[in-house]
Amino acid sequence: MSRAFIGMPAFPVGAKEALNDPQLRSNLRHATTTIRDKRSRVIAELPDWEDLRLSGAAIKDDVGRHLDRYLEQFEAEFTAAGGHVHWARDAAEANRIVVDLVRATGETEVVKVKSMVTVECALNEALAEAGITALETDLAELIVQLAGDLPSHILVPAIHLSRGEIREIFLENMSGVRDDLTDDPADLAGSARTYLRKRFMSAKVGISGANFMIADTGTLVVLESEGNGRMCLTLPETLISVVGIEKMLPTWSDLEVFMQLLPRSSTAERMNPYTTMWTGAHADDGPKNVHVVLLDNGRTRALADPVGRQALRCIRCSACLNVCPVYERVGGKAYGSVYPGPIGAILNPLLHGVDNGPVERSLPFASTLCGRCFEVCPVRIDIPEVLIHLRGRVVEETHHGVPGPEELGMRAAGFVLAKPGLLGAAQRALGLVARALRHRSTIGALPIQGWAANWTGARDIPVPPRQSFRRWWRRSHKTQPPTPHTAQQTRSETP
Amino acid sequence: MSAKDDIITRIRTARPDVSSDTLSGAHTIPRNYLRSPSIPEGIVNRFCERVADYKARVERVPAADIPTAIAAALKDMDATRVAVAAGLPEGWRTALTAAGIDVVTETPGAELDIDALQSLDAVVTGSAVAIADTGTIILDGSATSGRRALTLVPDTHICIVSVEDIVDGVPAALARLTPTSPLTWISGPSATSDIELQRVEGVHGPRTLHVLVVDSSV
Repeated sequence: MSRAFIGMPAFPVGAKEALNDPQLRSNLRHATTTIRDKRSRVIAELPDWEDLRLSGAAIKDDVGRHLDRYLEQFEAEFTAAGGHVHWARDAAEANRIVVDLVRATGETEVVKVKSMVTVECALNEALAEAGITALETDLAELIVQLAGDLPSHILVPAIHLSRGEIREIFLENMSGVRDDLTDDPADLAGSARTYLRKRFMSAKVGISGANFMIADTGTLVVLESEGNGRMCLTLPETLISVVGIEKMLPTWSDLEVFMQLLPRSSTAERMNPYTTMWTGAHADDGPKNVHVVLLDNGRTRALADPVGRQALRCIRCSACLNVCPVYERVGGKAYGSVYPGPIGAILNPLLHGVDNGPVERSLPFASTLCGRCFEVCPVRIDIPEVLIHLRGRVVEETHHGVPGPEELGMRAAGFVLAKPGLLGAAQRALGLVARALRHRSTIGALPIQGWAANWTGARDIPVPPRQSFRRWWRRSHKTQPPTPHTAQQTRSETP
Repeated sequence: MSAKDDIITRIRTARPDVSSDTLSGAHTIPRNYLRSPSIPEGIVNRFCERVADYKARVERVPAADIPTAIAAALKDMDATRVAVAAGLPEGWRTALTAAGIDVVTETPGAELDIDALQSLDAVVTGSAVAIADTGTIILDGSATSGRRALTLVPDTHICIVSVEDIVDGVPAALARLTPTSPLTWISGPSATSDIELQRVEGVHGPRTLHVLVVDSSV
């Protein structure tokens, strides 16, 4: 049975747990290093990469400006082509729509193409409650589902597992698997093929997400690698696609930008093995009953944030995860929510609000602000800018205008630094502390409780100098050190 | 209020800076990327090189030799029961039958069911457009490309690409396609990188992709 991201701990708790798992860190380091190198190579092939990024960002910003128009245009085109369009304000409404559509077919089993948005909605759990079994068909999603685990990467949900661990999961949980299964990836993939084959052939209902929807043609687009997507999108009689409203592209020709940006950024390939594009229902080719559920679930909340709305450009390539020094060490589950890594650190709080709970409050701080994520983002989301913006929001929301300890400390420092007399007194006091600690070079964890213990527990503070610069100057020069005022005069006199 | 009205209202409320009657549109979007990539070695050479990179088989064959090349490719895979897309030349079917191959042809209204598709060893189709720079073949559901299930269930796909249908890059390919037809973009055989990000060819789609480029200059 799969699990949903419900009641997960805040980032610092999850991160600490992950950091104590050497196998996890080794798996992550291997995988992220491999994909980083491949990505650099395929991107270096395109001399116009930066121009593609600029166009990609501008197209997605245009979508954000006129999303109402584009959604109505998409609905008209998709409906005219024989498809059915449903609208869902939130996850619960989307799940109700999907459950009702599946029930109407009389089926109790559905096949699924990997889709982040259905994990976001906890759709599998809602289907299970309604007595419907959802079978994940993407290899990594299948591994995670069989293990009763949680996905840890947008593109490669089982990135945290090694081949040996996957072999164990298959031997324990995959019905009909061969006893002599090896840990060779080709052998593991082969056993998944055998396991899923008859299920694909008999499936009556397929469920998918979509990478893009095109407003001016009413087309849905799914990129994939294994062919499980083609199976789910082609063979069943009924196809239901749940799509976040931000997945829109205004025109067919906009695909010329995104079909270059996405494969190279995600799997680091010139093109992914398979892409399926469909417009409503096609006579004598593929599903007869074709549905799309257009999902808000917090996207309009993110759209209302002038700094944060750039996160809606995201095409879920996961390039930011693969370059992130924090992700590489803690993995995806530490983020406690469906979208991990740098993009998740901004997307989850933007979709649900920083006041939603401890996970959303902790995520904007789950970063070193090194900026690698912005450099690789194919749609130029300035993730560090949004992180800093959200940190401000967390402080506002948490303290409701009452200053917290950090802010009080900063205010006190500002007061002292503005008055030379007070600064001198403070420096003399620190000199006494230094003399008391003369056998040490740093101050470790303070033996106190609360935020100060957390702060000092993770940092080495240098012992203050025994005398301040001003005091040293007075002793060695027998004069007053230059004041900021005289220093400025000296500078302006220099040619 | 319906969910649709609610969502549309939320969008308009979220963007008070945008007046609802103006589409900023194409003129504000910079498009300085290349419409046409530079391919000094020629598009057919590049296409073949990029297809081979995906571990697909690729051969350049003169038009007259295509039936022989198909028969040889099928023999190589021990494929005896083969579907041929209805839009391909009748002469090819005759030649394959003469070579001892059991040829199945779908006709509109008499599509093969799942069991019939599963009994096939291979499928032979044409294609609509191919992209040199990415080694991609695009099928459009026409009689030449076949419907989608036909190129999905059999384990071997032999795909015929005419040099006239090869374009340089992604922009040129999109311009040639009809968006509303069912489209399948194929770049190599099915593959996965889900285990330790190591690429493995052959999962659920055809495990063997054999591309024959019809090129009378060879």
